[in-house]
Amino acid sequence: MSDLPKPDEFLTGIDHKMPQTDWMNTPTEIRKGMYCYASNYKSVEILGLPNARPWNPLEDDWKLPENWQQIIHEGFKERLDKFRSFKVFMDICVRCGACADKCHFFIGTGDPKNMPVLRAELLRSIYRNDFTTVGKILGKIGGGRKMTLDVLKEWWYYLFQCTECRRCSVFCPYGIDTAEVTIMGRELLNLIGLNIDWIATPIANCYQTGNHLGIQPHAFKDMLEFFVEDIEEITGINVDPSFNRKGADILFITPSGDVFADPGTYTCMGYMMLFHYLREKYGFDITWSTYASEGGNFGFFTSHETMKRLNSKMYAEAKRLGVKWILGGECGHMWRVINQYMDTMNGPADFLEEPVSPITGTKFENAKSTKMVHIAEFLADLIHHDKLELDPSRNDNFKVSFHDSCNPARGMGMFEEPRYVIKNVCNHFYEMPANTIREQTFCCGSGAGLNAGENMELRLAGGLPRANAVKYVHEKFGVNMLACVCAIDRAALPTSLEYWVPEVDTTGMTELVANALIMPGETKRETDLRGEPLPGMEEDDA
Amino acid sequence: MNGKYMFSLLAIFVLFLLPYVGVTAFGLKTLFGIFIPLIALTIFIIGFVRRIKGWSESPVPFRIPTTCGQQKSLTWIESSPIDNPTTKAGVVVRMILEVMLFRSLFRNLKFKRESNGILSYSWELWLWLGALAFHWAFLVTIVRHLRFFAEPIPYFVRALEFFDSFFRVEFFTDAFQVGLPGIYMSGIVLLAAAIYLLARRILLAQVRYVSLAADYFPLFLIIGIAVSGIMMRYASKVDIVGIKAFTMGLVTLNPTIPEGVGATFYVHLFFVSVLLIYFPFSKLMHMGGIFMSPTRNLTTDTRAKHYSNPWNYPVKTHTYEEYEDDYREKMIDAGLPVDKELAEVKE
Repeated sequence: MSDLPKPDEFLTGIDHKMPQTDWMNTPTEIRKGMYCYASNYKSVEILGLPNARPWNPLEDDWKLPENWQQIIHEGFKERLDKFRSFKVFMDICVRCGACADKCHFFIGTGDPKNMPVLRAELLRSIYRNDFTTVGKILGKIGGGRKMTLDVLKEWWYYLFQCTECRRCSVFCPYGIDTAEVTIMGRELLNLIGLNIDWIATPIANCYQTGNHLGIQPHAFKDMLEFFVEDIEEITGINVDPSFNRKGADILFITPSGDVFADPGTYTCMGYMMLFHYLREKYGFDITWSTYASEGGNFGFFTSHETMKRLNSKMYAEAKRLGVKWILGGECGHMWRVINQYMDTMNGPADFLEEPVSPITGTKFENAKSTKMVHIAEFLADLIHHDKLELDPSRNDNFKVSFHDSCNPARGMGMFEEPRYVIKNVCNHFYEMPANTIREQTFCCGSGAGLNAGENMELRLAGGLPRANAVKYVHEKFGVNMLACVCAIDRAALPTSLEYWVPEVDTTGMTELVANALIMPGETKRETDLRGEPLPGMEEDDA
Repeated sequence: MNGKYMFSLLAIFVLFLLPYVGVTAFGLKTLFGIFIPLIALTIFIIGFVRRIKGWSESPVPFRIPTTCGQQKSLTWIESSPIDNPTTKAGVVVRMILEVMLFRSLFRNLKFKRESNGILSYSWELWLWLGALAFHWAFLVTIVRHLRFFAEPIPYFVRALEFFDSFFRVEFFTDAFQVGLPGIYMSGIVLLAAAIYLLARRILLAQVRYVSLAADYFPLFLIIGIAVSGIMMRYASKVDIVGIKAFTMGLVTLNPTIPEGVGATFYVHLFFVSVLLIYFPFSKLMHMGGIFMSPTRNLTTDTRAKHYSNPWNYPVKTHTYEEYEDDYREKMIDAGLPVDKELAEVKE
């Protein structure tokens, strides 16, 4: 981050003035700090996706197939015929501009092509030229243009400056969803081998090893066993998780990011402690899987087909292990995939049972077809039935706010469950302003595969609106901890907040639960899961 | 100067001259009074139906509603049956609110960067208000015009006229007489709202930047329709009886050209014809498209019910068997259970 300006310079440097030249005549410059590195051809090969070769976005020659225009044209047509969403969204936008300043990337960069309407126009202009009679006749004045290499580069640059967060679609009077347009655009780019590596390599890893980080089965088990040691150190209890165990009642799947990097690791420890608690108290029977060791699905950022290929492991593993249903951890786009795609793509999961909490007897009617329940739903039900012994004062050092992750918000509508859980395990909870939470929540700025290091300027720009709202509650209420239910958030927000509001840290919901959870037989806890002294324990250290 | 709106304005000017010169200089009353309107209506109906059919032919493989409220999950958590509808009834209400009251646009916020660097968002209702006024006034105006196409005039048209002209002002000068016919609010509101929407498009830098000629053209056209209509009603005072005889002739497909109707009428009629022809090929199709938007018109019970994708196809996956083959030894060493022991594989 050394070559980045200071936050206040960054802020004053954002200019929302429109350029003098019309957008179609404003050339796109692929700028350092704003783009992600090209996909590694080895990763592209593992999945057997088209045009695997080394290439560099900064070079003139992108090493495209000779007939790339034809591939794009035919791919475009195929998708118009397969997705009503795409066809309708290409046709009905009136460019009223309501979406323009709803995008975190437009707010943070001031680049007009980051207005959702123009991002979609990048594709619409080609659509008009290629697929409508009027567009062909009128040409540029009709808003159409030919597909050229410059247009292609513009697509690539701006379709990877969208995090598919769907905030614009909340405000659009026709519900036009830029995420859908970006999804289609990225599918088209992938047809000629134009992905970014922060997506291509995770999906190759996920395909091969079961998780994005490429953790092999033995190492996955090792990593969780490290956490077992950490937990034992803090609580005196050996939580002993089980892996790939046939005949377990429930299969647990969560994003692998939480196995790998702080602060997600604390959330992962939280899951392990919770499951141990429930096993000791109520005989709860759950297993982890090394094969389906990824909740997240970067295939979603590549194509519908790749999404389906990666997602298939969840049901396949649940079937192989013979579990009754699946419990899913905290993750953003993972839950959009589960909530809106999985059952249709890889279901019906008629080999599973309709999910019932073995502890409270609650039937999760809302998940009776997919047979997959969110950990926040599961936890809220447990707490509501008073099944967890909790000491919220252990979280008293935290003044907590909750960041609604885009996909659980706008692709699911899970607002109250995590709030209910957090308010029951924390004494100090403060909401950010109403137009920055729930369905109007701002993206962390790094979703949809953009959480790389080389595009840091873009990430910080995109993270600004969220961080700005955090700053507001930090200054007003002294908020020092931002809770979320998304692994990408936990990877992205610490960086963004460190830059914009360094006083605020990031946590997962389950980490807060585990801090407060009074485990049977635990030693007197002196620290939280991060090794920080609990409230009132600071003296003992000194 | 912006080429895009100048182009549209120029187009409207040409479209004005065509009937004006055509009727006054060349007497092409039959062409502009009968043939063009009938052709326009035909193109509109066929074009509209074809577009809707075109959209319906593409399936909805996945249910992707934008959830704008609490999901229905645990019984004790209050859910949003309209903003996150799990039932068809909820979807119907959501769509009614969307179509009739522009609910999503009602949420509109305006982003501002304060001098201290803080970003703030304030409720911005003008676009919503302008759009709502525009569309409702347009609808009332269209329904009001049914008086020309039905005899006797339907009761609801009369009732609407009564309420629409409730606001009566009497104002007379030699040149301009306002009063006796009663002012139709709809016409005035339509014109004012269209001018507002146009001004907004031209004056707000962001909106101007994203606007195409195709965004200015229909606004100019509708302003042209409204102005010519208002002129006829309040200024040039056309022969209403003559026009009614003519329009009744049109709908009964036995048209005759009325006497004593000025050029303004032909301009009005021609603008309407152009709008009808233009409609199915333009963004104006949002009128039909809104009903087919998958982020709004679907239930959100996607985890509770199984939905099929008509073109779902099998994909290549990395199966557990392949995975175990890749890592069996390491798994056994780590104490992970395997489906096949090493000995079994070696055989």
